[in-house]
Order: sequence, then C-alpha cells, then structure tokens
Amino acid sequence: MGRYVARRLLQMIPVFLGSTLLVFAMMYALPGDPVRALAGEQTVDPVQIAAMKKDLGLDLPLWHQYWNYLTGLFQGDFGTEIASGRPVADTIADAFPITIRLALFAFLFTVLVGISMGVFAGLKADTLRDRGLLILTLLLISVPSFVLGFLGQYFFAFQLGWVDPNVSAEANWSELFLPAVVLGSLSLAYVARLTRTSVAENLRADYMRTAVAKGLPRRRVVGVHLMRNSMIPVVTFLGTDLGALLGGAVVTEGIFNVQGVGRAVFGALQHREGATVVGIVTLIVIVYLVTSLLVDLLYAVLDPRIRYA
Amino acid sequence: MRGAKSAKWVAGAAIIALAATACGGGSDDSDSASKEKGKPEGYVSVDVGEPQKPLIPADTNESLGSYVIQALFTQLLEFDGEGKIVYTNAESVKSEDNKTWTVKLKPGWKFHDGTPVTAASYIKAWNWYANVKNAQQNSFWFEDIKGYADVHPEKGDPKATEMSGLKAVDDTTFTIELDKPVPYFEYKLGYYTFAPLPEVFYKDTKAFGQAPVGNGPYVFEKWDHKKLIQVKANPDYQGPNKAKNKGLLFKNYATVEAAYQDLLSGNLDMIRQIGPKDLPKYKTDLGDRVVDQPYAAVQSIVPTFYSKTFKGIDPKVLQGLSMGIDRATITKTVLNGTREPATSFTPPGVAGNQHLDTDVFKFDPAKAKQLIKEGGGVPDNKLWIQYNADGGHKEWVTAVCESIRNSTGVDCIPDAKPDFQTDLEARDNNQVKSMYRGGWVADYPLNVNFMRELYGTTAEANNGRFSDKDVDAAFKKGDNAASLDESIKAYQEAEKLVLQKMPAIPLWNYKINGGYSKSVDNVAIDYRGDYVMTDVTVK
Repeated sequence: MGRYVARRLLQMIPVFLGSTLLVFAMMYALPGDPVRALAGEQTVDPVQIAAMKKDLGLDLPLWHQYWNYLTGLFQGDFGTEIASGRPVADTIADAFPITIRLALFAFLFTVLVGISMGVFAGLKADTLRDRGLLILTLLLISVPSFVLGFLGQYFFAFQLGWVDPNVSAEANWSELFLPAVVLGSLSLAYVARLTRTSVAENLRADYMRTAVAKGLPRRRVVGVHLMRNSMIPVVTFLGTDLGALLGGAVVTEGIFNVQGVGRAVFGALQHREGATVVGIVTLIVIVYLVTSLLVDLLYAVLDPRIRYA
Repeated sequence: MRGAKSAKWVAGAAIIALAATACGGGSDDSDSASKEKGKPEGYVSVDVGEPQKPLIPADTNESLGSYVIQALFTQLLEFDGEGKIVYTNAESVKSEDNKTWTVKLKPGWKFHDGTPVTAASYIKAWNWYANVKNAQQNSFWFEDIKGYADVHPEKGDPKATEMSGLKAVDDTTFTIELDKPVPYFEYKLGYYTFAPLPEVFYKDTKAFGQAPVGNGPYVFEKWDHKKLIQVKANPDYQGPNKAKNKGLLFKNYATVEAAYQDLLSGNLDMIRQIGPKDLPKYKTDLGDRVVDQPYAAVQSIVPTFYSKTFKGIDPKVLQGLSMGIDRATITKTVLNGTREPATSFTPPGVAGNQHLDTDVFKFDPAKAKQLIKEGGGVPDNKLWIQYNADGGHKEWVTAVCESIRNSTGVDCIPDAKPDFQTDLEARDNNQVKSMYRGGWVADYPLNVNFMRELYGTTAEANNGRFSDKDVDAAFKKGDNAASLDESIKAYQEAEKLVLQKMPAIPLWNYKINGGYSKSVDNVAIDYRGDYVMTDVTVK
C-alpha cells in the first residue's frame, strides 16, 4: 500500500510539470500584450513599456520564462501580478479559501442528499417514488446552472427574502448556502442516479440474498452489505467532481458575487495575468490529483477485491 | 484488513486538512446601524471595483482607480458641473504669457500624516512622476513642462532628475515654465495626475501604493483586495469639496447585475452603470432615484488611413457613411437610450462644444448614397468595423453595420477581436482592416482634448494614422493663441476643418445610467461621468 501511494505521488510530478507547461504556453500564445493594455486608448510610451516588461521578465523567450517561473515556484514564489504588482500568492490566498468552503459545502450537500435520494429510490425501483426521483434529477441535469442560480435568487432573495441575493466579501456559511446548493445540484442529480442504479442492481446480487438468509437485521443488510458495494461508482464520480466543483464554479460565483477562484481566474485571463492563471490552474490540478488518489485508496476500503498489493 | 485501515487513515487525514483550510472567516460586525454588512454608520457605498494598479496618482488612468485617487488626493484645481475651474489646493494659477505659470497654494494644508503641503511637495512629486525610470502611466502629462525631455528622454537613461521648468519661490508659491506657450495649460492641471505627494512616499513607494497618504477629502482606511476599499472623511480638510458624508466604501462586484441586486436589497448605496438586463426596468424599480445624464465622452468609428479600404479616400465617402447611420434609432432601441446621438466631434459639457452647421450627422440614405458615389465609392464596396467582444459593443456595431448596409448598399462586416488587448494590439500594429471602434472620455473639459489628442498627426491616440497639414496647422493656431478663449475659438474653427476631412465618424455621446438607494441623497455626476462622492449625503 505504501509503495502504491509513493508511486502515485511520484506520478504527480510529470503531470504537474506537463500541465503547468501547457497552461503557460497557452497563455504565452494568446494575442494581446497585458503591459501595453494598461495604457488603454491613452498615449503609449514604448520605451516605458519595454522597461516594465524587462523588469517583469516578460521580454524573455517562453522556455526562459517558464524556467524562471518553475524555479520561483520551488522557492514558494508564485510570481507577481503585472498590473497590481502584488504577489500572485496573495490573490490565491484571498480566493482559494472561499472557493474551497463553497465547494466543500456543495460537495457535502451532494453527498448527503444525493446518496440518500439514490438509496431511497433504488430500494424500491420502478415505483412511483423512483419515477419521481428520475424526473426531478432529469430536470436538474437539463436546467443550466445559471438559470437555477437566477431562479433561486429570485425566489429566495427577492420574493421570500430569506437570504441576501449576493454573497458579501466575508462569505459566511449562511450566505454560501444558496450558491452551494445551486453549484451542487447538477452533481446531486448524477450522484442520485448513479446510487439508484447501483443500489437497484446490487439488491439482486447473491451476497445480498446470503445476508438476508443469514437473518441479519435489515439495517445491517442495507447499511453495510448493500451500501459498500454500491458506493464504488459513486465514489469514482465524486472524486473527479470535487475538482470540477473547484474549477467550474465560475458561473455560480459570478451570479452570487462570490469572490472566489472562478472569478479570480476569469479576471486574470481577461487581463492576461499569466502567472495568476498558471498558479490557480496548478492548484486545481493538484486538487484533482489528490482526490483521484483518495478515490483509488477508498476503493480498497470499499471492496477488498480491488485492493492493491 | 491492514491495508484498508491505513487507507482509511490517509483519506481521513486529507479530509480534515481540507476542512481546516476551509474554516476561518465569517466574522460578524453586529453593531453596525446600516442593514449593509460591514458598513460603518454614515458611510456611502458605491460599486467601484478593484483598481488595476497601486494607488499612485500618476500611475492610474482607468476609472476605478481614479475614483479612489480623487477621494484621497486633491490637486491644484477641479471643475464644477459646467466644466468651470474651481480652485481646490491652489489659491490662484496665473500667467501673463501662457508660458510661465505662477501657482499660489492655500496656506495651512496638510497631508493625512500631518506634514504640510508645500510648493516642494508638488515639484518633487511631478519630477518623480515624469521620470522615465519610474515608469508612470501618465508621465506624458508633464511633457509641456520645460526640461521634460531631460527626465523622460525618448531613449536611454534620464539626464536629470529635475525638470528645469519647476521652481519654488517660497513655501506656498512655485512657478511652472513651459517649453512653449499653452493657453489651456491651467485646465490640464485639473487632472488628478498633478496631485502632490508627502515625503513618506519616497521612503517606500511600493508600500505607499497599497496604503496611500494623500491631501484629499478622504483618509485611507483599508484595502481588502478585490473586495473593498474603505476611506473615511478627513475632518481637517480645507478645500471646497469637503466630504458631506463620514466615509466611502468602494465595493467590488462580479457583474453589474449583482451590484444592481445589492442596490435593490439595500446592500449598496450607489451603482455606476445598470446592466443591459436591468435597463428596461430600472426606472420603475428606482423611480426618482435614477441617474440618467450625459457626460463628456464620444463613441466613434475611426477609419484607418493606412488600410486598403480608406487609403487616400475622399472625405465625402466618409461623410456619406456617416449619413447612412441611423443614430437615433440605434441609440433608442439597441442601446436602450443609454447614449445620445452625436452632433459634432466634441461632446456637450466641454468648453467649446458647438453646433456645427452640417447634416453629416443626420440620417439621410439618399444623400448618403449620393455622397459616396461622388466620392468614388468604397473600394470593393466593403468595409469592416473592428471592436473588442468583451466590452458589450457587439450589439451596436452589428446595428451600425446593418444600418450602413441597408441605407448605402456598402457591405459592412463587424470584425470582432476577443478582448480589448487584442483589439489594441491590432491598432498599434496598423493591422485594422478598415475601421475600429474608438471611445474617448474627457481628461479635461475643453474641446482641445477631443481634437489634438485624437487627430493631430503626431498624437499617439491617433490610431487611424490620420494626417493632414491643414488640420495640424489649425491645431497649432489654437495652441499659439494668446488666451484661453481665443484658443477655444481657434479649436472651434479647427473642428469645422476636421468636419471637411472626417478623421472619424462620431456616433454618440455617452450617458451614465445609474441609480442610488433610499438611504442616500444629493447624487450628481461630474463632466467625466464620475459620481461627486464628496457631495453625497446619508439620510
């Protein structure tokens, strides 16, 4: 097990290098000069722009810039933003905790509600309550999240007045509730459906019949024997989903004015703040890598048959 | 089960670690009187987002940063609602020959750290701003001053650190000598770039940019990056624009829609621009709390005179194209009444704006066709209008093209660049296919600002590369005029000449379509379209 984890951790290195290089090269290839754009339609002094670029190291060839970036990164330096002159690390430190909070909240919502809905429906497949769930989840899947976001805002903030329409700069848990539900609702639908199918299928498995025949209480049959085996596809989905929640929150963050990663990366892209984009994307890549490792480890817990040596 | 156990442990530890980073934050300001979270009593909030750059007066040229700069710093003079000069830190600015200007400061002014504002505070700051080594965005504003070329040469290192044209007479008097007479130089001094700096600035310019010490109506309190900037009223301020509220909150919003929702729910006092989604209903939402006023800015489409389409074009063709655009309908429908059709090259609200006796700005398809024909037509009967797709221009560019196509038969194609950066790059490198979308907001409320900066042969904002000896000569005449009034008049004459040459097709003047909440009053805008924040009162 330890060797497996070590091997997986080592594998992260090339993935990490490759993804940063890729994002770096893409930012480099984008047209438009961020330093020049600071002046807008006003007078431009080419000498001054050249000097600023030299200070920031933006006049170097791509490989050299990437090398500088990497060496900086290993010394814990994420680089400096072009316009504001602030360290990129500050921007990340401002935005990440909020998005992590939002994503975890959404994730928790997805897991708890999604799995219980799935189990609830799966235990009585092809009944009315199962059909109801299928229709509800189909709705959630087909309605784009911005529609859901605006609807939620309209009803809960403006009509009922239960919550504020926007998340303030502090981003309290109570404010994050609505955006988290909206953000999590798409995954919720998938989780519910996956669980339902898995549960419905496994109900007919041999080991279930055995468990029931042994006279085990129903709670134990469902809670341990059924759930453990039914969770494997769900866990796989959830693993990749956490990363998607972190990175894909752009739309939801925009609607509810959450000052998180999605907005930070979008703004940085618009202003061609290459270092910021690469920094944030790198962190999201790491989150993906870590969660996929966790998923693989969880397999071993759930089903000893797929345990690694 | 050993393996399983250790795996459980790994997973558990990781989840705990994630949860730990997620916590923290969520503090409550329970004793604030306003419904708005975190707002101290008597403060006014406005949706002014994160400034692009550190807060140094000469390094800020976008509207978000300039809001904050203007709250914290006061330069020699300001302009009132009519664009007339109001002295703020200066007692007087005088010149006999338009070349040497004598500035007298009001005595007793202090920076927020208690140090006095003297002639030296201005001179030292201007020299620092102008120095090429300090790479200030607005350094070109000092180019009229004698000795600018020494501190800001076109190549290489500066030869001096001080401009020879700036001399202190005593603590509150200094003289500015210019390279050549500039009759309207005093107007330029109203730009916030000319603000003074305290001594503490030179000790650590970087730290100063994050927490500036100014001499203005407000004192810096905090900058919570990408969230808000908070400033409090300066009780010792002596200028005419003393704050009538206790402080300001500049709040950052993801979208104008989000800001508007906060305005409606009482979490924001003022909004600078209503988004297209809410424009049709904002008047019913806000009633008499709507701000719907024009300001000194012009939107035009600018032909590039190096392009295949417009190289050596007869101005008649451009006049024809101008007449082929139905400005009235487009501003009313596509732009939801957020613009006013242009009737000249200068917007109303600047001194020297005049009624041009012409029908070039009128919609007249028959005459348009005729003029284009007389001028020899558009090569290939086809033109492009370049715009940046990230700025909400797509709709009107498409409408303008449609209008030109329908009324003149000239094929017009919108040429989208993904964002402003790419758009600027094409303009700088002379790669615009035939026309680009131009926009200009007044730096100072004079017609001069809309002429020489845009259409002079050597003007750097002249991205259409328009060049005409007669026009240059007319501008020069205005620059050499003996007085401000004569200069304005000369530029009015120059505008008539510009109309004959058509370096651009003005489309419309901007309006501000904003609004404010029930808790504030006395909301007005200045010539630049910015709220006069010092005047806003809290109910």
